[in-house]
Amino acid sequence: MTTHSTHVHHLSKEAGRIYVWQVPVRLTHWVNFFTIIVLSLTGYYIANPYVQVSAREAYGPYFMGHVRFVHFMAAYIFVASLLLRTYWAFWGGNQWASWRALVPFFTPEGRGIAKEAFQYYMFIQREPPTVLGHNALAGFTYGIIVFYYFIQVFTGFALLGMADPGGLWWNLTSWVFPLISSQYIRLLHHIVMWLLCAFAIHHVYSAFLVDAEEANGLMSSIFSGWKFRVDPHKIEEHKERSAKAKATKTEPLKEK
Amino acid sequence: MPFETGNLKEALAQRGVSRRDFLKFCSAMAVTLALPPQFAPRVAQALEKAPRLPVVWLEYQDCAGNTEGLLRASKPTVAELVLDVLSLNYHETIMAAAGHQAEAALQETVTKQKGKYIAVVEGSIPTKDGGVYCTIGGRTALDLVQEIGGNAAAIIAVGTCAAYGGLPMASPNPTGAGGVGTVVKGVPILNLPGCPMNVQNLTATIVHYLTFETWPATDQFGRPLFAYGSRIHDDCERRAHFDAGQFVEEWGDEGHRKGWCLYKMGCKGPETFHNCPIVRYNEGTSWPVGAGHGCAGCSEPSFWDTMTPFYRRLPKIDLLGVEATAEQLGVGIVATVTGAFATHGVISAIRSKIQPIDRHEADLEEHLP
Repeated sequence: MTTHSTHVHHLSKEAGRIYVWQVPVRLTHWVNFFTIIVLSLTGYYIANPYVQVSAREAYGPYFMGHVRFVHFMAAYIFVASLLLRTYWAFWGGNQWASWRALVPFFTPEGRGIAKEAFQYYMFIQREPPTVLGHNALAGFTYGIIVFYYFIQVFTGFALLGMADPGGLWWNLTSWVFPLISSQYIRLLHHIVMWLLCAFAIHHVYSAFLVDAEEANGLMSSIFSGWKFRVDPHKIEEHKERSAKAKATKTEPLKEK
Repeated sequence: MPFETGNLKEALAQRGVSRRDFLKFCSAMAVTLALPPQFAPRVAQALEKAPRLPVVWLEYQDCAGNTEGLLRASKPTVAELVLDVLSLNYHETIMAAAGHQAEAALQETVTKQKGKYIAVVEGSIPTKDGGVYCTIGGRTALDLVQEIGGNAAAIIAVGTCAAYGGLPMASPNPTGAGGVGTVVKGVPILNLPGCPMNVQNLTATIVHYLTFETWPATDQFGRPLFAYGSRIHDDCERRAHFDAGQFVEEWGDEGHRKGWCLYKMGCKGPETFHNCPIVRYNEGTSWPVGAGHGCAGCSEPSFWDTMTPFYRRLPKIDLLGVEATAEQLGVGIVATVTGAFATHGVISAIRSKIQPIDRHEADLEEHLP
């Protein structure tokens, strides 16, 4: 593994394969992926129990009970994943796993990349900014998502805590109820689920788009951890040649 | 009122309440206060020796529903006698005296028994425009409650109006109404919300004071934990149907006739702390969910604004004057985002045809002969 890494590192000076997403980053990504799907589906049922169960006496069927159990278990796994990812963002991870990616606007470089990314999405600029981790705009979006996660975890445990006044979750969260009625805490919990659904659509679309346009192996990187980087010199050379070709009215090399 | 002297024991004897009934009452009180059964004799002892505790009952912006609750007993119960004996130097609705005489009796209590009497307050206190929206004997409720409540040993705010403002405080709150706690400071205030409060809880609160000479422990909203320490949903007799997934879908359907869970009909049991399922109303005969109607969340602060619509799970969201449910809003957001990115995808596809990316060209060059 060491020799392999050295080899890659050597290559990565200019171009080639780079190991960007470490194991905890990918692991938490997929744990979040699965738990959020489970939490959304079970949460939707809990909010609006649309399934008709048997009309037998209630000592037999326990459908809502099971759905709630799955929801709570998925919630605890989700929180464990968030804790691991938080540790990795502050202490364990590499530069691309850092929490700094979530607040890109504090550095001039971040602001520049965000502007480029925005112009790319708005069809003002042709090429997306070349970055290895998240581009600044994506990082900022993930910052918002982390905030949504926080709201979901907090409101979720606040609602769970109501079943056990004086218990752990109640003691940690019940201060919120004099400020915001539990009904609005519940409403928030529901609305943020829809916002996360909307994010998922944006996230998958943008990943596909950038994967195709930037040709950096973005989609496979969340499975493998590896991304590709194109040699910037090569692009410059190509641009120069194209310009020359245009000026001399000869066909560029690419044309047959 | 009926007994000028003496204590509860004598009063009970005069009324012909048997020893057995009295002890049954003491056991019931111990249970209501969530005390172990061993405490029943201690409650009985305390009540027998209890001195006459002066109580004034003040009514402001209300419907007299809590007074109704107090008087609702169909037979003279021990509880009623406890309240009678201890109480009521002044009660606007049920006292025989009127006018200056009545006000004089009240003033006498306030001055002569200062710091020793209990003020029971029913109804919200209007504060807007100097509190002119509720006056008694030419004085505003605000003025009265600050003087009478401020000189009391403790205030018991009965009903949601007195505790948190209740219906008069509901948006747009034209009279600037609020609960007693918002206008009186420096005196212990016990909130017994509910619409109406349950007399059993009022009696138990006073019994707690007589037995232990302290007020019961309260939650963050000033409600005694013995009565408001767990959710209606968690004590509900229909809870098994909730866990099973058996819900009333519309009024009068099969599930409704079978007594299934009223969750989908907007029952606010899951957000309301009260002991209704255990104590019930009208001497334990029934309560809203028992009678087939969802809980309205009446013992929660601002319930009229936060627990409505009563027949829906969640509040509606106001979007520039158009009301939407959380689901409508959420599906709308997801649909909008999907549409926006679908459009972006089509434009991106066209762009990549018209104007390919330089770096792709550069990569392609490598592979060309």
